Amino acid sequence: MGSREQENKPQSTDFSGQAVATRDAYGAALLELGKRNEKVVVLDADLSGSTKTAKFAKTFPHRFFNMGIAEQDMVGTAGGLSLTGLIPFASTFAVFETGRAWEQVRQTLCYSDLNVKLAATHAGVTVGEDGASHQALEDIALMRVIPNMTVIVPSDGFETKQVVDAVAEYEHPVYVRLGRAKVPAVMPPDYKFRIGKAHTFNTGKDVNIVAAGIMVSEALKARDILQKEGIDTGVINMVTIKPLDTDALLEAARNSKLIVTAEEHSITGGLGGAVAEYLSEAHPVPIRRIGTRDVFGCSGAPDELLRLFGLTAEEIVKTVKNFFQGHSEGLSANKLAAQ
Amino acid sequence: MTAVTQSRNIDFLTQQAKRVRVEILKMLTESGSGHTGGSLSAADIATALYFYKMKHNPQEPKWTERDRFILSKGHAAPLLYTVLALTGYFNKALLGGLRKVGCPLQGHPSSKLLQGVEVSTGSLGQGLSIANGMALGLRLGKNPARVYCLMGDGETQEGQIWEAAMTAGHYMLDNLCAIVDLNGLQIDGRCADVMKIDPVAGKWKAFNWHVFEINGHNMEEIVNALDEAEKVKGKPSVILAKTVKSKGVSFFEDKAEYHGVTPTKEELEKALKELA
Repeated sequence: MGSREQENKPQSTDFSGQAVATRDAYGAALLELGKRNEKVVVLDADLSGSTKTAKFAKTFPHRFFNMGIAEQDMVGTAGGLSLTGLIPFASTFAVFETGRAWEQVRQTLCYSDLNVKLAATHAGVTVGEDGASHQALEDIALMRVIPNMTVIVPSDGFETKQVVDAVAEYEHPVYVRLGRAKVPAVMPPDYKFRIGKAHTFNTGKDVNIVAAGIMVSEALKARDILQKEGIDTGVINMVTIKPLDTDALLEAARNSKLIVTAEEHSITGGLGGAVAEYLSEAHPVPIRRIGTRDVFGCSGAPDELLRLFGLTAEEIVKTVKNFFQGHSEGLSANKLAAQ
Repeated sequence: MTAVTQSRNIDFLTQQAKRVRVEILKMLTESGSGHTGGSLSAADIATALYFYKMKHNPQEPKWTERDRFILSKGHAAPLLYTVLALTGYFNKALLGGLRKVGCPLQGHPSSKLLQGVEVSTGSLGQGLSIANGMALGLRLGKNPARVYCLMGDGETQEGQIWEAAMTAGHYMLDNLCAIVDLNGLQIDGRCADVMKIDPVAGKWKAFNWHVFEINGHNMEEIVNALDEAEKVKGKPSVILAKTVKSKGVSFFEDKAEYHGVTPTKEELEKALKELA
């Protein structure tokens, strides 16, 4: 179980330097936020144990509303709560929050520009064993396309905590994409999250990798490998996918020969889509997108699935090297998964 | 800030409902586009709410203790715009701009564009969930305001309505009063033919609501039900209001084809004579 080891380890309250699932950081951050701000209320659709809103529910039972297995109603109810001056966080799995309740998000939340935070967990293939039905690979696309919506994909626990605090102060609808699996700490201790601002770790002269979520750590690993092989590589954490930090993107595109995007999401409509849309008009440069390719996920251990779908540092390295050798990128895992 | 003084005088309210119908017909004729039938069928109910029951103040649309009204059947926007204009939320002259580019009176209500509209609606089935959220939030904040939500009968074919009905029952939202405008018609014909919703009262009772069944054109029955609903404790109330689509204009009444069709100038003249 490893629980004893975890218990003995000192836990910092901001998750700085800690490997933790972003959903766990969310649950803890929400509880802290709830203690500071009594306007914060939380809704869940019968998954509070998994989304980690149960911590808030236990401490503030009168400010927690379990909506049962009814995501559309949950989103509408969150909208109504916000109209009385409260700050609702509504959580369930990403596939249900953005898919099942998409039209409620569009009509009720975004058209009226309501102050509701959709903090969805279990995004991407790292859901693991539950398989394709529970693995959201199109949620960023679904949320990004709606006017008034902001889309944020934190990369680690430290960043997640800051995102939770920041969105509570931002009086518009926000989608926060969180994961099930533990992720390494990637953000530096002096990092300060701001909505719409990317974090540039460094700018490479040959290639810049624009990553989000769990792919930031893979991008950093890929950078270290590529640097050793003489390919000058930079990494950007595009934590806010909408609005996209176009300044950071332009800076990277102007100073390098290739942009690679990396996300645990379909390359259609997600981070890769957003970057390609922007750069194709503003500063056309070669772009390679790492992500899933028009396929559903499948059951398996999270690590296995990341390898199967090519969501790894190795895949990023291969893609970059292929580009500089004049070869097309490797698609083997996605082709395999599609079969 | 306090609410404006309202009158319970039935004759007065009946007169106001007539004024509301006249303005709806005028604006729809001028616009040439909009929903006639469902605006007229709910005219008496909306009049009773805005001219009598609701605590509100058009001079202060965001007054925190105001009663809230959600038009879940957003296509009855002409009705909402009319009661808002006639109670003083904005100048009546705006009504003529319905559905025109640049006018805040959108085809379906937009809260971002028009004061007095609590939330944007138009996609059916979503209003009751919003009303529930408001009722929960008001109760949490110990705010005495009440929430009213007007739905269409065809609208209750949407599954989300029954998710919300379950929620209101579960959370015992006695500061919420829903009203269903049972005009029996929807775009494609009679509700009974398109998709049966009967037994209506039994459904709401089964979801733990207190049910009132009234004639939605009898002003006395409407105000009585609204008053009684306020006394119900421990459960939400729903007023099932039997109505006639396009009520008040004899040659439009109970015809599905006048759901989304506006009067011609000649039809308007004829209708105004009937309402005079």
